[in-house]
Amino acid sequence: MHRVLGDRRAIALLLGPALLVYSLIMLVPMVWSLGYSFTKGNTIDGFTGNGVANFSRLFDDPAVRDALWFTLKYAVVVTAGQVVAGYLLALLYVFFLRRASALIRTLVFFPVVLPTVAVGLLFQKFFQVAPQTGPVNSLLNAVGIDSIDFFGSSGSAFWVLVAMDIWRSMGFYAVLLFAGLVDIPDEVLESARLDGATGLRLVRHIVLPLSLPVLMSSLIFSINGTLKAFDSIVALTNGGPGNGTTPLTLYMFQTSFTYSDYGYGSTIALLLTVVSLLVSLVVYRVSRRDLTEG
Amino acid sequence: MATIDTHPKTTPARTSARTPDRARRPRTGRRGSRLWVKIVVALLLVVEVYPLIWMFLTSLKSNDDYLNNSTWSLPTSWEWGNYGEAWNTGHIGLYVQNSLLAVVPALALMLLLGTAAGFALQIMVWKGRSLTLLVFLAGMMIPPQMILLPLFTVYFQTGLSGTLWPLILTYTGTGLPLTVFMMATYYRTVPRELFEAATVDGSGILRAFWTISVPLVRNALLTVGLVQFFFIWNDLLIALTFTNDQDLRTIQVGLLNFTGDFGATQYGPLFAAICINVFGTLLIYLFLNQKVMKGLTSGAVKG
Repeated sequence: MHRVLGDRRAIALLLGPALLVYSLIMLVPMVWSLGYSFTKGNTIDGFTGNGVANFSRLFDDPAVRDALWFTLKYAVVVTAGQVVAGYLLALLYVFFLRRASALIRTLVFFPVVLPTVAVGLLFQKFFQVAPQTGPVNSLLNAVGIDSIDFFGSSGSAFWVLVAMDIWRSMGFYAVLLFAGLVDIPDEVLESARLDGATGLRLVRHIVLPLSLPVLMSSLIFSINGTLKAFDSIVALTNGGPGNGTTPLTLYMFQTSFTYSDYGYGSTIALLLTVVSLLVSLVVYRVSRRDLTEG
Repeated sequence: MATIDTHPKTTPARTSARTPDRARRPRTGRRGSRLWVKIVVALLLVVEVYPLIWMFLTSLKSNDDYLNNSTWSLPTSWEWGNYGEAWNTGHIGLYVQNSLLAVVPALALMLLLGTAAGFALQIMVWKGRSLTLLVFLAGMMIPPQMILLPLFTVYFQTGLSGTLWPLILTYTGTGLPLTVFMMATYYRTVPRELFEAATVDGSGILRAFWTISVPLVRNALLTVGLVQFFFIWNDLLIALTFTNDQDLRTIQVGLLNFTGDFGATQYGPLFAAICINVFGTLLIYLFLNQKVMKGLTSGAVKG
């Protein structure tokens, strides 16, 4: 019988096309991009080799330092916000709303499927000062605070970005973590309660440790996504003011397409890839250790 | 149930009111007293829904109305014409058409190739299949920035740049890791014996794949297809890179440029364009929300 399921021609026919397309679109370009990082130029003008110049430039470029710092800051803050907000929502769904939560879950999930560009433009208008005072500033005015030009400084623009991305994605993490919480067996909670654990103590000592695996996968998923954030930032601030909200993803895009420097763009892309791998690896290692200890 | 009576008497009332309970357990009639839960839920709904309502109301305002009246007010006259203007003058109709022309073929191709590969990797028996699956999985970690420039060069040199093919091909390739992974997972629940039996009855393995396995995973196909649809439809980076020609813009690129093109001074049509985007997507989600939620969470691996 093994002959049938091990039929080499059938395997090649079924797997071949997918493997071919995947290799041509992802694997080959990845290696190719590595090669670009040792060159200067672009598709239209042609490429010339320039050794490791791009790499030494990478280390000296203050814009790279700013972009890297922004990327990490953004990833840490948004990840923390997404996962914490999602977890609180999941606790709300499971312990306080129970069956009635289906409608709330659906509504809070709304923004997850919305196009980021549309959400970005919406938030831009929602937080604006001119030409029209947006709802947020109107609200501030109503309680006696002067309008804030949210997009005028990189500090406040950063927080609007964070608020938007948490708004956009907390429903997703809530549903993900909800699934983890529902899996906790009733008997465990029951016996913990018999032992006198209630409220926050129950959450801290029973619920939290038992939902740690799904919390960790949310964390890895979230950090992987936030490090690569592009759409939301382009749509909301386009990296500004100045380049105060420019992450590596956008800096790479600008270097490549605004300044037509493909070689250096590839080097920045490589830095982004290395950072993504390192961060995921660290989170993964830490979570593994915690789990075995817990 | 008994648990509620077993709380130590010393527990402060507030803490005991917040005692977690379980989803499947019958209620004991404390729902009415949970005022703070109601407040939290109400606040949540305002935060989630008000921006959308505001956006919709603003899409019906005239420019004067938008600039001169309070941002909270209802439109003084309901300008439904804003939608027509966005659709025709703002080219939203063209952008939607471009998006459809790029997304539908990419989805079809991705599902076909991904299902076949998932079958070969999960049902068929051969050496090196777990390694191959791992190679596919690695694709989910690669930032798309890493593949943009070489692809741009290839598309430029092969003359594909002036068409929607770069989008179709790139979407198919970047979507494959998740599709293959999810389809392989779904095939895990299908017993291999089914296909052995089918071949005993005289059907080839390829026919068994097509006529037996594909109908079996039809549900999974819908779920994966939906998830991928949202990813591709909402993509900006790839579309922005490969569509220089204004006539090829997808809906996201078109919307982003809308502010520059004429949305900077025409607020009604701009909001109408955002609304078309948001409510169109929302409609699909509302019809299939259980499937979308399930699919997104079980495929929660793509950055």
